[in-house]
Amino acid sequence: MKGTRQKKVRLIVNGNTYELDVGGRPDQIQPFHTLSHTLRETLGLTGTKVSCDHGACGCCTVLMDNQAVLSCMMLTVECDGRKITTIEGLKDPKTEDLDPLQQAFIDHTAFQCGFCTPGIIMSAKALLYENPFPTEEDVKEALSGNFCRCISHYQVVKAVMSASEEVR
Amino acid sequence: MANTYRYIGKATPRKDAIDIVTGGSRFLNDLKMPNMLYGKVLRSPHAHALIKRIDKSKAERLEGVEAVLTWEDVPDWRGGTPRSTRILDRKVRYVGDAVALIAATNEEVARRALGLIDVEYEVLPAVFEMEEALKPDAPQLYDKFHGNVVTPGVPFFGPKSLQDVVMGDVEKGFQEADVITEGTFGYENIPNPLPPEAPGAIALWEEPNKVTLWVSNQASYMDKITLFHVMGRKVEVRSIGGPCGGSYGSKFMSWQVQSYATLLSRATGKPVKLIFTKEEHLAAFTMRIASRMTARVGMKRDGTVTAVSGTWLIDTGYYSMTTQSQVAVGCGEVQIAVRCANWDLKPKIVCTNRNASGIVRGFGGQELKCSLIPLLSLAMERLEIDPFQFLKKNFVKPGDGYFWRDGIWYTYRGVDFSKAMEEGAKRFGWEEKWKGWLKPTAVEGTKRRGIGVGVHGNADIGEDASEAYVRLHPDGTAMLFSCVTEHGTGQRTNFVKMVAEVLQLPLDHVSITPSDSLINPYEFGPAGSRGTYAIGGAAIAAAEDAKRKLLELLAPKLQAEPSELDTEEGVVFVKGHPEKKIPWKAMSVDRTITGYGRFEPDYTLSNCMMTFVEVEVDTETGKVTLQRVVNATDVGQVIDPPGLEGQLNGCLGSGGIDSALFEETILDRSSGHILNANMIDYKWRTFSELPPIDNVVFETPIPSHRFHAVGVGEIATSPGPAAVLMAVSNAIGVWLHEYPATPERVLKALGKVRGGDRKGGAA
Repeated sequence: MKGTRQKKVRLIVNGNTYELDVGGRPDQIQPFHTLSHTLRETLGLTGTKVSCDHGACGCCTVLMDNQAVLSCMMLTVECDGRKITTIEGLKDPKTEDLDPLQQAFIDHTAFQCGFCTPGIIMSAKALLYENPFPTEEDVKEALSGNFCRCISHYQVVKAVMSASEEVR
Repeated sequence: MANTYRYIGKATPRKDAIDIVTGGSRFLNDLKMPNMLYGKVLRSPHAHALIKRIDKSKAERLEGVEAVLTWEDVPDWRGGTPRSTRILDRKVRYVGDAVALIAATNEEVARRALGLIDVEYEVLPAVFEMEEALKPDAPQLYDKFHGNVVTPGVPFFGPKSLQDVVMGDVEKGFQEADVITEGTFGYENIPNPLPPEAPGAIALWEEPNKVTLWVSNQASYMDKITLFHVMGRKVEVRSIGGPCGGSYGSKFMSWQVQSYATLLSRATGKPVKLIFTKEEHLAAFTMRIASRMTARVGMKRDGTVTAVSGTWLIDTGYYSMTTQSQVAVGCGEVQIAVRCANWDLKPKIVCTNRNASGIVRGFGGQELKCSLIPLLSLAMERLEIDPFQFLKKNFVKPGDGYFWRDGIWYTYRGVDFSKAMEEGAKRFGWEEKWKGWLKPTAVEGTKRRGIGVGVHGNADIGEDASEAYVRLHPDGTAMLFSCVTEHGTGQRTNFVKMVAEVLQLPLDHVSITPSDSLINPYEFGPAGSRGTYAIGGAAIAAAEDAKRKLLELLAPKLQAEPSELDTEEGVVFVKGHPEKKIPWKAMSVDRTITGYGRFEPDYTLSNCMMTFVEVEVDTETGKVTLQRVVNATDVGQVIDPPGLEGQLNGCLGSGGIDSALFEETILDRSSGHILNANMIDYKWRTFSELPPIDNVVFETPIPSHRFHAVGVGEIATSPGPAAVLMAVSNAIGVWLHEYPATPERVLKALGKVRGGDRKGGAA
């Protein structure tokens, strides 16, 4: 490594910039580390959940430049310079107020065990960025990659619709 | 009747709501401890083999590896009923059986070390089919279980624990019948409850004989009890539960993963976290039992069942921890759903070389009923009996009785569920849609619609004991001590609501302790649907006891008798004279008041769920689409309306209705490998495929506790699967008797494709 510059990866997570060393030491970002691993294990942002760890269930969904991505299917080294929002970053940074979508999930009890909820909220958030006036069908389509075993789906759809109405 | 309660029956936000929507909930895998190691399990590639030799030296030399344990290194800890299955054994009994345990400084090192263990196996013949396993020359899984038949009975249920349904005189019953039908029917697709959060544990061992376990379990106190017995009654176990990312019954028994973490912590002196991968979850953690019934039923023209006789084979996979319990409860539940004076139904639990079965919502009764209802349907068809009328007529009524899991006869003293069932039928439009057996409700080109109905009831709503404390503080707050974890039902908040209702305190003045076995009293946990009546009963009793003590203490200060007093908002007052009052702090700031409550088991009440389904079958492709679901129940009193709605909507997932449509664990019965142990190949319902669900909920006060409520959540999954097969059969005009109703099976039933016999769950 002599003579080469230490490789770094720069992530902007929930408005904070992290310059992380890439390398083989346990405290470094290793080339095979997924974004979900880095968020949870390196940055301690455990609100992002990992369920299947192979891109099938949507639990680990985060926003990358306001689009929903599966953080278990992204390598951290691929995310250099990207703006990432996790469930912890949805609150208003100044007022600490919940995002209207989060409040809608509370008001509609749009969760049961709550394990898949962060991923569902992030997918819904991406939808509302892209389409602030979705139909119920749009909501279902946008969330069709999110697994929920308790069947919170019906209450989730109501919550997302009500949050989108608040935007209106 | 208008609801006069302050909280009961009203929608209130869950106590954990903000944590859930902000990512603040700390699930098991979100916890980290100083010096924590990560555990991994080396698993067998063979379905049945002896370990001849293990060389772990290379793995031990890998930097970062702190322990490698094999069967030679571990104590003789055993699970199973009776204790049969060593935590690590010289013999492996299914593809995925644990061979070695590794603890390392990080997961990647642990994973690499798995590949450095050299194991030499002597492969043994394996058996994957119940009938084969019962043959005299079949490979034997255990010396202890001759013929691969597991010893029946559950010591915990008492000396007479229910092992079969035998009563009356079946011969006489068959003579009285207008029609007798017989056959073999199964529910053998072993669906996985598949909670999103994988099973796991964190353990911290303290010499000489203590372990603290952080667990993810709906019933975290019971881990302490289960592990105490597994670990030879020599280890003091403290279990700390937290939010549980789904269980649906399954995580109630996590003794293996908890023991693995414990052994690794014991070997290293450090905390060890061991979380299963999703593949391990699907292939090496418990799933549903497989059920196959060969039986005869006799029925009269008026829908009276005169006799049921036969055998019920249950495939438990490579061991049974709770299958006998499921058989006992299933045998009880079948009597609740099918009133009949003459029974001779003999279960037999069989071991085979596949992953073990364990607890899933429905707990034996769903599996048995999914096999029995198709048989009863044949008789109903012959007699032209409407299945809705049949199920309504034969469901337990006040004054009827049943042998429950302890082998004791109980007389049912609950409500008649007929009204709720009738309202469900009305909402569904049953009368207009029912055209007779094997007749579609509607035909449109190649699409045919059909309807079906199922029912389930469980007297487990009052099973087992619960204890709770309620502590009152001088600042006008109260704390509920109850070892209950939140696994999705919202019950932790509901118990707080009950306490707040009794004490008339603002909801945010009542808190609940962490579910730590060190500080809380005995709690069997929210198993089955026992939460509302049993756990709630203990919480209510503790709150009432605390209130009584408070009023007794403060009565002299108000110069009144305790019976003349009441409390509200942290103030004690004389009833009828609210101006005569003193705040709780009059108890003195250096005092707390603790009430104790206990719930004693009560098997004289049952819940009930009737599910109506309508399906559309595409006769060209064989695809079955669920068009509509109506659930009907009577819960006595709703505690939390949105929570209840969520539980009832849960009828689809976790091995419920969808286990009749597309969910199955596919076992390769030549090699023993599970072929779909991932969430792409294991099918699950997505947001874009939601059928409309209507939940009809009656509130006829039930003589349970103060709030006249009973739980119902568990059984939401249970009536649906049999209803789906009924609906598909009616739609296509021929019987379909295998779960799930895949396009292949539908087309085969229609004679459009030919295929070999494909037993449920087989590749």
